[in-house]
Amino acid sequence: MLRLEKRPQPSAFWSWLTPLIAVVVTMIAGGLLFGALGKPPIEAIRTIFWEPIFGEFSFYYRPQLLVKGAPLVLIAIGLSLGFRAGIWNIGAEGQYIIGAICGAAVGLAFYPTESWVIFPLMVLAGALGGWAWAMIPALLKVRFGTNEILVSLMLVYVAEQLLAAMALGPLKNPEGFGFPGSRNLQQYPSAHNAEIITGSGMHWGVVAALVAVIFAYILLNRHILGYHIRLTGQAPRAARFAGVRPRLLILFCLGASGALAGLAGMFEVSGPTGQISIDFNVGYGFTAIIVAFLGRLHPVGIMLAGLLMALTYIGGEIAQSNLGLPAAAIQLFQGMLLFFLLAVDVLTNYRVWLTSTEAA
Amino acid sequence: MFLYAASGNAHKKAEVWRRNLRNDNILSAEWGNSRDTRRSRTNPRLRLRDVIAGKGQYVTENLLTINGLTKAYPGVVANDTVSFEIGVGEVHALLGENGAGKSTLVKMIYGLVKPDSGTMTLKGALFAPSEPRVARVAGVAMVFQHFSLFDALNVAENVALGMENPPKQGDLATRIRDVSETYGLPLDPYRMVGDLSAGERQRVEIIRCLLQDPKLLIMDEPTSVLTPQEVEILFATLRKLTSEGVAILYISHKLEEIRALCDHATILRLGKNVGTCIPRDTSAREMAEMMVGSAFEAPARAGRDLGEVALDVTGLSLNSPGEFGTALKNIHFTVQEGEILGIGGVAGNGQDELLGALSGELQSDAEAIKLKGEPIGRMGPTARREMGLLSAPEERLGHAAAPDMSLIENALLTGAQRENLMNRGFLKWADTRSFAKKIIEEFDVRTPGPDNAARSLSGGNLQKFVIGREVLQRPEVLVVNQPTWGVDAAAAASIRQALLDLAAGGTAVICISQDLDELMEISDRFCALNEGRLSDIRPAQGLSVDEIGLMMGGAHGMEVAHV
Repeated sequence: MLRLEKRPQPSAFWSWLTPLIAVVVTMIAGGLLFGALGKPPIEAIRTIFWEPIFGEFSFYYRPQLLVKGAPLVLIAIGLSLGFRAGIWNIGAEGQYIIGAICGAAVGLAFYPTESWVIFPLMVLAGALGGWAWAMIPALLKVRFGTNEILVSLMLVYVAEQLLAAMALGPLKNPEGFGFPGSRNLQQYPSAHNAEIITGSGMHWGVVAALVAVIFAYILLNRHILGYHIRLTGQAPRAARFAGVRPRLLILFCLGASGALAGLAGMFEVSGPTGQISIDFNVGYGFTAIIVAFLGRLHPVGIMLAGLLMALTYIGGEIAQSNLGLPAAAIQLFQGMLLFFLLAVDVLTNYRVWLTSTEAA
Repeated sequence: MFLYAASGNAHKKAEVWRRNLRNDNILSAEWGNSRDTRRSRTNPRLRLRDVIAGKGQYVTENLLTINGLTKAYPGVVANDTVSFEIGVGEVHALLGENGAGKSTLVKMIYGLVKPDSGTMTLKGALFAPSEPRVARVAGVAMVFQHFSLFDALNVAENVALGMENPPKQGDLATRIRDVSETYGLPLDPYRMVGDLSAGERQRVEIIRCLLQDPKLLIMDEPTSVLTPQEVEILFATLRKLTSEGVAILYISHKLEEIRALCDHATILRLGKNVGTCIPRDTSAREMAEMMVGSAFEAPARAGRDLGEVALDVTGLSLNSPGEFGTALKNIHFTVQEGEILGIGGVAGNGQDELLGALSGELQSDAEAIKLKGEPIGRMGPTARREMGLLSAPEERLGHAAAPDMSLIENALLTGAQRENLMNRGFLKWADTRSFAKKIIEEFDVRTPGPDNAARSLSGGNLQKFVIGREVLQRPEVLVVNQPTWGVDAAAAASIRQALLDLAAGGTAVICISQDLDELMEISDRFCALNEGRLSDIRPAQGLSVDEIGLMMGGAHGMEVAHV
């Protein structure tokens, strides 16, 4: 039978290998699942992981990788700061929506004036919107000790209602023949988050995600604040002893993750999506939680994990259209990835021994 | 020694055991001498009872025979062919430094750990408990050093939780009262455990064991939470138990206690049984040297000149942040430069809160704490460190150090400001690494290198690191809580020496500790915490144990004790 023994310290080797193992195990289990659905398993896996990068239409899919990866990475970087400190912002999806609403609202307020200031103002508004939405659970936690998981999660649904109200009310396109949804920002040059190099998929959100990765890396590894974040997550009492003020840290972590999620929403609404609509959000805020953990809460890891997760999104869509896989199967597939990662994680902290079957 | 196989025949075994004692107890003066002092073996009541019970047992029979027990963990042999015996009604001490293998051995007896090889025989039958429940059924009970009690439940409910088939609350309460009266351990079954003192909590654990009618009671460091008066009461209870034939395996490194209580001692060093002795006939120093394997030096104190008042605490009152913590009530004291103030007291009487109030983790009225005349009560830990007030809390893992972080990162934990390890918030890792290395070298921390996680160090080594980290920052005032708790004798001596050297250099040192020997050894003045209040401060020299005990609050809730 298997026997687990705690390692004296977590293994660095395994902590980097486990995500790869998790991906491989997910492929196998996913293959079995697709097989059980009556689809060719190897073909399905190949479609998800291979087709978008090296397949026939990769010229179209490759830029999509950046487009889908950027919001995931941007949000996940923010979440990882809080997660490292043991502060669980589960409501990034809501902050993403509010960021998008605020960013779009500022842009639409200027319509049809053209000016270079408009886009930077929208960026600012998006970040502020996400930040403010995240301050609600933060202040409630600091002031009344509420659970930030529940509050931030519930605020997602509030944000969704707000999104619908905006799409149907104040932000509705006056020239939209009564259809819900705002003007399309892609057709408003001053507010359009256009590709920096045409055809590359590289928009300002991708740049922001890269900058966030670099900043988070420096913060966590080279700055006392990052050290205090890690210390608080690993040993809260030691952190207080070291002089960390937990309340300030909660405000910072939730605020930073909210601002980054808001930014992601703003870049999304002004770029790839183009307009505020009822079904604007597609769950990036939740998927980013998987991305953060898959990337070991490490900025570089998160960047890789974000790209991988974007790959499953794109590959999943191809598999849906080419093989007729149900959309739920793809979501299940992504869920499995986190599930297996957490399971395989045991190897980081424990040695596994095979022993004879006698009772220990 | 002890390498014969256990035989089933009680008579033969007793004979072998006797012979064994005669030949192998290198430290026992003579078997004949010590026999008189062995109450249980000459107790006629026991002999009678056993004969009546028709067991045909000899009074000198072994209760538990441990034969060649070996248990290896990766990289360390925790127990290496350990053999010894415990007789019926005997108090047997298990001595050894931290990491000598005492807990592993006891866990094997209690069924928590399965030995790699070797056998145990309990009352002549092979004894190989697969889990604690089996051990309990066989008559082995254990009182752990750390209590497993629920603060929010009352005594009877806590006791019921540990039982296989708990009786009704009322019946159980009656039984608890019976047992507690019989053994002189007064305890109200309906009191909440959260409101009990450490000594009373221990009584809950002991009574829980006694209700199982044990043959062998294992006690792990039972006196570390007791005042001297409470220790006496505990010993009276244990003596009453042994007179009824219960054997006690007593783990401690307090040698004087062992000399006062135990019939036999087995000494472990690095997992091996390095000898047995009759504690009464052996000096504490001899036993200590057997434990350590060599002679070690006691800290030397030089005469010191006291300077100005470094820390002035006046009327410090503070509510505890935790529900079951102890509030500090109107505490006054001053410490001068070059002075060591020893603060004694039983655990849970406000020590953690006092350290927190001084370190800055808990904040009080600004004027309640003054460092060199500056009010600092409202300042946080960082500001206090910058001013020269450093501290080292009791709990090494999770409070003084972050378990999963490297020693480098842990050096940064308190050293960031005074050691100038950052520049506008950006960390100087190279300087931090050399600071960590300096601590490791100067304080003889045994570790492969500064990149190792704090939790990979043994308790003693980590404690040396934690104390070294503060000492090397040249504090004006240093507050330490339990500086040598769970630390082996040699490391403890070097930590005490470091504190003495620091004081000699003009630092004011406040040493909070439950180890009275330690406090008497290093402190100039002594006081005690009792339920959040600080006693009068007296010069340490010339204080008697009785006086100290009274300062610590005498015997908590034991006024009605009659044994």
